[in-house]
Amino acid sequence: MTGTPHLTARPAGRHALLVELPDAGRTAAFHAEVLRRRAAGTLEPVEEVVPGARTVLLDGVRDPEALARSLRAWEVPPAAADDGEAVEIPVRYDGPDLADVAALWGVAPREVAALHSAHDYRVAFCGFAPGFGYLTGLPGELHVPRRATPRTRVPAGAVALAGPYSAVYPRATPGGWQLIGTMPGPGPLWDPARRRAALLAPGTRVRFVPADAPDGTVAA
Amino acid sequence: MTAKLTAVRAGALTTVQDAGRRGYAHLGVPRSGALDAPTMRLANRLLGNDPGAAVLETTLTGCAVRPDRDVTVVVGGAHCPVTVDGRPAPWGTPVRVPAGALLDVGAVTAGVRAYVAVAGGIAVEPVLGSRSTDLLSGLGPEPLRDGAVVPVGTPAAAVAVPAAAPWPGPPAELVLPLRPGPRSDWFTPSALRTLTSATFRVSPHSNRIGLRTEGPALERASTGELPSEGMVLGAVQVPPDGRPVIFLHDHPTTGGYPVVGVVAEPALASAAQAAVGTPVRFTLD
Repeated sequence: MTGTPHLTARPAGRHALLVELPDAGRTAAFHAEVLRRRAAGTLEPVEEVVPGARTVLLDGVRDPEALARSLRAWEVPPAAADDGEAVEIPVRYDGPDLADVAALWGVAPREVAALHSAHDYRVAFCGFAPGFGYLTGLPGELHVPRRATPRTRVPAGAVALAGPYSAVYPRATPGGWQLIGTMPGPGPLWDPARRRAALLAPGTRVRFVPADAPDGTVAA
Repeated sequence: MTAKLTAVRAGALTTVQDAGRRGYAHLGVPRSGALDAPTMRLANRLLGNDPGAAVLETTLTGCAVRPDRDVTVVVGGAHCPVTVDGRPAPWGTPVRVPAGALLDVGAVTAGVRAYVAVAGGIAVEPVLGSRSTDLLSGLGPEPLRDGAVVPVGTPAAAVAVPAAAPWPGPPAELVLPLRPGPRSDWFTPSALRTLTSATFRVSPHSNRIGLRTEGPALERASTGELPSEGMVLGAVQVPPDGRPVIFLHDHPTTGGYPVVGVVAEPALASAAQAAVGTPVRFTLD
């Protein structure tokens, strides 16, 4: 689908616009188009481009009303499957909530790895902590609620689920997501000294790859 | 050789702040930076620094530091007594602090945050282009502790000092110009009238992340859940208790409570200096 995007541009103060889209797919497509135009130099200067679940915030804009008018003429192609950088995240499926998630999915705990790693994910947006990406791609029947009681400490590298999202905790924080596994060596997730500080930046495509368990057996 | 400052009394909360971390909100990195940015810029200009050079931002109780070489400083922002080795020194204008002398920035008499700018700027290592302490996500240097040593950069060779420094006074009443949106439609018409007609007060639970208010609760027109969306500086977010929170520089980059309106950035400097209990009014921008 191409053509005028189904967007609503909402005012967000003197220098920002919150652009609202009907769904996650069209949000990803619009976000990609903003980045393309920014890279091509055809977008007026924008300080921050912050995607959300159904929105893209354009902050640090000289004239938001003029930008809102110009958005109506945009042609936004659907997000291509091979758009964006691709990364692989190795996962040992050994999380403390693996059995609970398996029960919610109606499968045996050993089947969680194959089900979770079978899908292509994409970082929809970041938040909560630097480098914490919210990954879409899990089919609706595998969505799970947050834990009733959040943990005071979730370790760095924890691979987690909540609602429609998967995530990998870039560092130890409190957290209420269901923990299904561990990324060995989570250091690359967030390194402010690196040019690409966040491994899981918005738009990045992600594959989860079942990794060998510590005892040498394959977790899947 | 450049100077170092040793913190003799770190104070209630003293952090390094500059113009902040720009361009990383999409990675979940808050902007950070001096809450009273005009004060930071003015204090730096008085010393010949870049206006966005890193300064110390103190909270209510000030701080005391001892340089190992002669330094020139400006203390501005909140009103407070300034002494050098116990002798009164001027506020709001350059002060020479000899090597080994104690600069004491006392408890505020008006306002909340006094700023200590040093000729040459605070020279801690930048993270993502900024030396600011980010209290939400822990980027940048730790808040100052007693005994901590802070490096100072190289001062400018010649300083053209402005004739008069236009320091704003701390606000007796905080008037915040607000533009409705992006989520004003989540609130009842009466809530929007309340927002722009009632008097709120600065809550003691305010911090660098947000200025919290006490006052009437704003009633929502819809009770649904808002999917996470990007948040701007100055956003007036309304959590389930209905009391508006004005997002300051360490605010989260995305959030799930509706933003009823956005306060214009120039007004946030006075928000940074509004003491607990200060009346708050919102006007339409």
